[in-house]
Amino acid sequence: MANTKNDVSFVRSEMVQAVAPPSGEIGVAGWMKKNLFSSTSNTILTLIGMYLLYLVVPGTLSWGVFDAVWSGENRLACATVAQGGELPDGWKAACWPYVGAYFKLFIYGRYPDAELWRVNLVLFMFFVGLVPLLMPSLPYKRENLIFMLGIFPVASFVLLSGGNLSLNGFLLPEAIMAPSTFKFWIDFIILSLIVCGLVGAYMKATETDPRQAVTLAAIAMAVLGVILFVMSVDFGLVPVETSLWGGFVMTLVIAVTGIVAALPLGILLALGRRSQMPAVSLFSVIFIEFWRGIPLITVLFMSSVMLPLFLPDGVTFDKLLRALIGVALFSSAYMAEVVRGGMQAIPKGQYEGAMAVGLNYWQSMRMIILPQALKIVIPGIVNTFIGLFKDTTLVSIIGLLDFLGMINLSHSDSNWATPVQAMTSYLFCALIFFIFCFAMARYSVFMEDRLNTSHR
Amino acid sequence: MAVTDMPNENEKPKVRLLNDPKFRSIIFQALLVAFLVWLVWGMVSNAAFNLQKAGIASGFDFLGIAAGFGLNFSPFLEYNSDSTFLDVYWVGLQNTLVLAVIGIFFATIIGFLVGVARLSNNWVINKMAYVYVEVLRNIPLLLQIFIWYKGVGAFLPAKRNPADLGIFGQLNAAGLFAPKPVYSDGAGMIPLALLAAILITFFISGWAKKRQIATGERFPVFWTGLGLIIGLPLLAYFIFGQPISAEYPTVGNFGPKGGMQVIPELIALILALSLYTAAFIAEVVRAGILAVNRGQTEASYALGLRPGQTLRLNIIPQAMRVIIPPLTSQYLNLTKNSSLAVAIAYPDLTAIFAGTALNQTGQAVEILLMTMLTYLAISLITSMFMNWYNSKMSLVER
Repeated sequence: MANTKNDVSFVRSEMVQAVAPPSGEIGVAGWMKKNLFSSTSNTILTLIGMYLLYLVVPGTLSWGVFDAVWSGENRLACATVAQGGELPDGWKAACWPYVGAYFKLFIYGRYPDAELWRVNLVLFMFFVGLVPLLMPSLPYKRENLIFMLGIFPVASFVLLSGGNLSLNGFLLPEAIMAPSTFKFWIDFIILSLIVCGLVGAYMKATETDPRQAVTLAAIAMAVLGVILFVMSVDFGLVPVETSLWGGFVMTLVIAVTGIVAALPLGILLALGRRSQMPAVSLFSVIFIEFWRGIPLITVLFMSSVMLPLFLPDGVTFDKLLRALIGVALFSSAYMAEVVRGGMQAIPKGQYEGAMAVGLNYWQSMRMIILPQALKIVIPGIVNTFIGLFKDTTLVSIIGLLDFLGMINLSHSDSNWATPVQAMTSYLFCALIFFIFCFAMARYSVFMEDRLNTSHR
Repeated sequence: MAVTDMPNENEKPKVRLLNDPKFRSIIFQALLVAFLVWLVWGMVSNAAFNLQKAGIASGFDFLGIAAGFGLNFSPFLEYNSDSTFLDVYWVGLQNTLVLAVIGIFFATIIGFLVGVARLSNNWVINKMAYVYVEVLRNIPLLLQIFIWYKGVGAFLPAKRNPADLGIFGQLNAAGLFAPKPVYSDGAGMIPLALLAAILITFFISGWAKKRQIATGERFPVFWTGLGLIIGLPLLAYFIFGQPISAEYPTVGNFGPKGGMQVIPELIALILALSLYTAAFIAEVVRAGILAVNRGQTEASYALGLRPGQTLRLNIIPQAMRVIIPPLTSQYLNLTKNSSLAVAIAYPDLTAIFAGTALNQTGQAVEILLMTMLTYLAISLITSMFMNWYNSKMSLVER
């Protein structure tokens, strides 16, 4: 206490306000310093990047937007003086009126104008059914799935083709009954009885109560019957041959049918590959590796040239149907590998647990393993679908007029023939594909994050 | 007594035959095999009937017949009007492999560059790599091929006034006329010198490794090797009197003359295939580098390694283990995708053998089988080689 007077030590009695960070560390300048110019090499990289952007971006924008022609009636709107038009020589940019004139063909193909409402209805049903299915938070998934996998395909088939499938019977020899729709239904009832009988006999032989299984078989046959009946009823729709289908709608039809057919086949193949039975697993391995080892275009060649040879005399398949079979078999092999990946990720305890509670093989797969495995491979399935969606463009090589096929066909129209025609149409096509594929890829990432319950 | 009624544990319980899993699996497999045999038999007999009806003799005799159509591209194999369908097969295979090898070369370089750029701290570079990957991989490959071939191709200069690309030659609608190497005596010594340089580098690296283990002294293997591999061929070039010279194309009345013509189909395919596959390789590379634990980097800094050394000695060797398997499947994808050449008539296996030759002979079954088995063989051989390489590179756990 003695030298209080002379004590020069300083005790701060209040907090000092924090000094604002140097102006170079915050705001735009700070962000740029940190992310663009943090070191010499970084600065050089930034400058290189800026130069590349300068090369690409202004050119693309002026090509697609600023220098582009937006209205016109024919090729003269997009032709330079040397080509007979009015635009200055050396002009190169998009010719959008040509896409506008061909828009309907690009999207619907040559589907008759009066029947376009049918295509639009199918597209509407597709998106209305798909969107709630993709949102994990919405309820009624089971009903939604039944709509998308049961009602929607049948309705689309009837709407797009016109339905009125002619059914002539298949079982009884013609000596007993002449082919007719009536004979088909007689045949179908006989077949259903045989199936139910076989199932019942098998259950009896394995000492299981046959009632439940026979009921299930009867319901399955009844559903099949209803589907066939709906397809064969004449709704008064004008039949539209598949040679008139085309454009983006055909791309969607091939991709969606391919993936829907590939999923059950892929699940069966994945089960087969993991099977204990040597013949089954060998068959599955050979099947999967064969399809995965060859390019899709050879598969399409095969389905268009070789498949007709393998069919009995008199049986012919539609060109579109042949392509669909090829696409479905091809993607089922990829789907099988995706599903197998999911099944391998299920812990062994799940398999053992299923066995411990006394479930047989099919029960444990149906109730324990597959629901978990399929859930974790949703991103993989979406990615396979993206690949398939992009690969459907290959059907244009075997002469189907899908989106890309329609675009290539439009190049032969002299009414719009200019040097910029090809690039304009491809740009439009690329834009549409990019929007769809990018959206699906983002969805796949979203599901991956949602399903990833690990701590990170 | 109740006890005596208990079944003996060694005695198998009596089960109905149908409930015996072994019996059931045998029955099931027998049914499957029978179904497959029935299916194949049905297809073969239908095919035999249909071929007979169409008047096509099955068998591989057609391979010896002269094909009688011309091909505009065959860099190594001889092809002329007397060539048979078997020659067509070989030329097609050659062109597919040429396309695949060049495509893989560029796709790997671009893919690794973009993959590393995706991880850059530099905002511009990072975002540009992201946009590149997303745009390129979300547009169908066939469309990209058309964009390069028909879209960009429409703006190539006319045949008569090609664009001069300096040392790269001349470019016009008929393709790139690159300088053609002209070999004279002693040119063979240059590849020999290169081979010798590679062998010497190999031995030096083995010796340097041994010496480092024994004494701890390091030897600059990389720079020595680089010097040898560049230096020795250069030395050979000058010692043997500059045996390789370039023949530049000259501009004639009807476009460029001389030089080595690279057809526009090949250019478009290489551009499309390598840029498309590079987007996928970039993602593979990014995932591989991210898979290496951050602690590895910190540990090597703690040991005093510099960032470059950390990358070269620690990160890359570990990332390669993750990268190689998916990289292989990207290479295989590129090889299979090269079959899209048929869309723009580049004479690859699918276009001239499964396309032109099939249309001329009608031997659909034989030709498609040969084509598919060829692609299958390429896939299987590559996977086998990569599996071997992968097992060599993989972590040895003790």
